[in-house]
Amino acid sequence: MMRNSDMSKAALLHEISKVDFAVVEMTLYLDTHPHEREAIAYLNHYVKLKNQLEKEYSYKYEPLSVSLSCESDDNKWMWALAPMPWEGGCR
Amino acid sequence: MWSYERRLQYPINIKEPNAKIAQIIISQYGGPDGELAASMRYLSQRYTIPYNEVAGLLTDIGTEELAHFELVGAIVHQVTRDLSMEEIEKSGFAPYYVDHTLALWPQAAGGIPFNACEFQSKGDPITDLMEDMAAEQKARTTYDNILRMVKDPDVCDVIKFLRAREVVHFQRFGEALRRVQDKLNEKNFYAFNPAFDTCNVKDNK
Repeated sequence: MMRNSDMSKAALLHEISKVDFAVVEMTLYLDTHPHEREAIAYLNHYVKLKNQLEKEYSYKYEPLSVSLSCESDDNKWMWALAPMPWEGGCR
Repeated sequence: MWSYERRLQYPINIKEPNAKIAQIIISQYGGPDGELAASMRYLSQRYTIPYNEVAGLLTDIGTEELAHFELVGAIVHQVTRDLSMEEIEKSGFAPYYVDHTLALWPQAAGGIPFNACEFQSKGDPITDLMEDMAAEQKARTTYDNILRMVKDPDVCDVIKFLRAREVVHFQRFGEALRRVQDKLNEKNFYAFNPAFDTCNVKDNK
């Protein structure tokens, strides 16, 4: 059984996946529809949300990118120590 | 340039090892219609595309394909990482195992190594975008074929996500092709290369 802290970690990562999906999908849409203002506003909303959630995850657990590693523990280099995603470690 | 996000585009948590499906699914890692070929195709074609929005689309889809390359690699890794020696020998996985142990190596299901001849980068936007649309459909067909053979719900869930992305990419490439065609001289729609024969492009007439 997952511990409570693991559960919230998994839930936060799942939320990031969902928000990122909107970002990826809308990016491709705007590549071929660059003048649709409604789509731009939609993308901007999810980009901001993604940045905010990734920052929170990197602060609480481990950095999702080198750019976000400054949010993590100052005493050890969490980018090197964190589990790799293909192991199902980042669940 | 690129930077890495340390997470999968879609979650993968496969519980059951299965060497049989690893041998099938690896085709989407390094096979003729696989994710590696897709990414290399789009990221190579983009330099000679004379329209920014189309070069941007090739870059963004080529980047997403790298994330898919990682997803397929993660599936194969998770279904092979806990295999016993007995399962390896019984399941027909031995010919792969002898050369690569349990490492990932880009090859087709039939054992043919990854090869740049699996895609083209022709330097003609019409030709290249037609190829890209065909490539997305070929990958979709491969995922359909995988779904007919694989029953593990943890695996099927990811394959269905990848299959859906092929459909979206096909749609976006279709729109990009229309944008390119809109810029052509209507009398010479398919006869010239808009990246090279600039005299036949509408804007330069």
